[in-house]
Amino acid sequence: MNRNLSPGKTLIHLFLAALCVACLYPFLVILGTSFQSQSDILKHGYSIVPKAFTLTTYRMIMHDPGVLIHTYGVTIATTVIGTAIGLWVTTSYAFAISRKDYAYRSPLAFFVFFSMLFHGGMVATYIMMVKWLGLKNSMLALILPYLISGWFVLLMKGFLQTLPEALFESAKIDGAGELYIFIRIVIPLSKPSLATLALFLSLQYWNDWWLTLLYSDRESLMTLQYLLIRVLKNMEFLNSSEAIQYGLVKEGMEVPTLGARMAMCVMAAGPMLVVFPLFQKYFVRGLTVGSVKG
Amino acid sequence: MNNVNLQVRRNVDSASPARLGAIGRRVRTFRKHIGLTLLALPGLVLLFVFHYVPLFGLLLPFKNYRYDLGVWHSPWSGLANFEFLFKGQTLIRATRNTISYNLVFIVLGTFLAVCVALMLFELGKRFVKLYQTILFIPYFISWVVAGFAFRALFDMDYGVVNRLLVMLGREPVLWYNDPKYWPYILVAAAVWKGIGYGAVIYYAALMGIDSEYYEAARIDGAGKLRQAFSISVPLIKPIIVMMVILQIGKIFYSDFGLFYNVPLNSSLLYPATDVIDTFVYRSLIDMGDIGMASAAGLFQSVVGFVLVLITNFIVKRTNEENSLF
Repeated sequence: MNRNLSPGKTLIHLFLAALCVACLYPFLVILGTSFQSQSDILKHGYSIVPKAFTLTTYRMIMHDPGVLIHTYGVTIATTVIGTAIGLWVTTSYAFAISRKDYAYRSPLAFFVFFSMLFHGGMVATYIMMVKWLGLKNSMLALILPYLISGWFVLLMKGFLQTLPEALFESAKIDGAGELYIFIRIVIPLSKPSLATLALFLSLQYWNDWWLTLLYSDRESLMTLQYLLIRVLKNMEFLNSSEAIQYGLVKEGMEVPTLGARMAMCVMAAGPMLVVFPLFQKYFVRGLTVGSVKG
Repeated sequence: MNNVNLQVRRNVDSASPARLGAIGRRVRTFRKHIGLTLLALPGLVLLFVFHYVPLFGLLLPFKNYRYDLGVWHSPWSGLANFEFLFKGQTLIRATRNTISYNLVFIVLGTFLAVCVALMLFELGKRFVKLYQTILFIPYFISWVVAGFAFRALFDMDYGVVNRLLVMLGREPVLWYNDPKYWPYILVAAAVWKGIGYGAVIYYAALMGIDSEYYEAARIDGAGKLRQAFSISVPLIKPIIVMMVILQIGKIFYSDFGLFYNVPLNSSLLYPATDVIDTFVYRSLIDMGDIGMASAAGLFQSVVGFVLVLITNFIVKRTNEENSLF
């Protein structure tokens, strides 16, 4: 390896390695701080390497993990349901507009395209959701808005166009209906692209806090990201009566707030930070296909 | 007799052959394609509800919206909402912020992503994978977690940066109270989160270049840098141009998460961090001012739409292939 390591390449490695450190550094600070004791943070500030390794913060959070488990439940439920339905809705629509022999192909394609160009705005959507559909504090409000988006439909259409039309024609001659063709031929043939779409959708649902912020103010519908917003914004959240009310802390208990905040962040964001990069190749495929026009 | 009857009926049928034929054809086409239409139906309904129904919002700014009367029965208010909106300095500030941040993000983000892609292109597959994975990690996290990450660095009492300043014998800085630092912090945050995404796209484009170009250049004695500027960059230009157009089309919109979560929605920082999206959100949720929020939203939608059309037109003029539609 060393024999072809030119000065130019060494420079590139140095630069990219520095960039990688910069990318990871903030996360490592969060992780390190979550193992630090309150007094050490007060004295030395946040740091990657804790002065004395302690699990107090995690023990405190796990002492009564009800809220955390509940928000995990809400987040997992919205992610799983949203991803499953979103997959079906997006792919079936994309399949219809990918078929050259479909009579309404161009109007339906334009229908998607225009939805990406012009927006009615946040206010109108809010009034529709809250007043007309009555979805305030409903789990549907956390699922419905992301089910279909123009970008994902066009992405899937790009994938599906590569399937040979002859397959569908021969199936039709054998008497198969479109639904049968879609379920038995299209879905099995597009597993990799479905995986890509599933990852995009689930990332969107998992990382969402916007819908909760707008449409829900009930603890029972709190998602992980929203819980984190409250923890982050409210410095004293874990000391507040709110936290006691949620059962995050016991009354009269001395709370290592600073470290606990970071520990909450690790518990909420950590698992996905490990899982999503594992599926990175699907993301990369989706991004690169999406960048090709058509 | 029968024959005559048939004859008559045929004559009746052909009374308006063009119209009947057209309708019949339509019905036949519809029935023939019903399978695919049914498949598209759920998506059609959802798109309609979530992307077309809210278009009634175009009316809202011209109304004096009253919650009890609803959209249709609220009284018209003419341009009062717009007058009110443009009289204040807030929208102008938010618009200026939105555009300037987006311009910096486009220029700097594109430049850095292309640089990283060019560097990755010089390395072996194994290293590329390692670097790509790490650079991509910020892309996977939500802006909320990014808010935590930046808080860890810039927290005024315990943040890494202030501790470092103290260690160097300097005064700690009140980051979350002073807007003057935020243009830099926000740009850093946007680049940090987006660089992996951009680099992946440009790297994939570079991988698609025919290696013969590089062999020919090598034979002619071109160095690595020369190859990068004379072959790589020109050949991925179409993709760079397309990515830039996509971003210019969205120049009136900003990533709400970045501007809301990273500065922790601190009102002291609004001069530097308030963009149109956060302004609309605040008008709607915090102030409940539907007139102003919807007027600002309409302003954003219309100008944004016109910008997409204009950029596409310009690109079509210069290079047909790169245009979006």
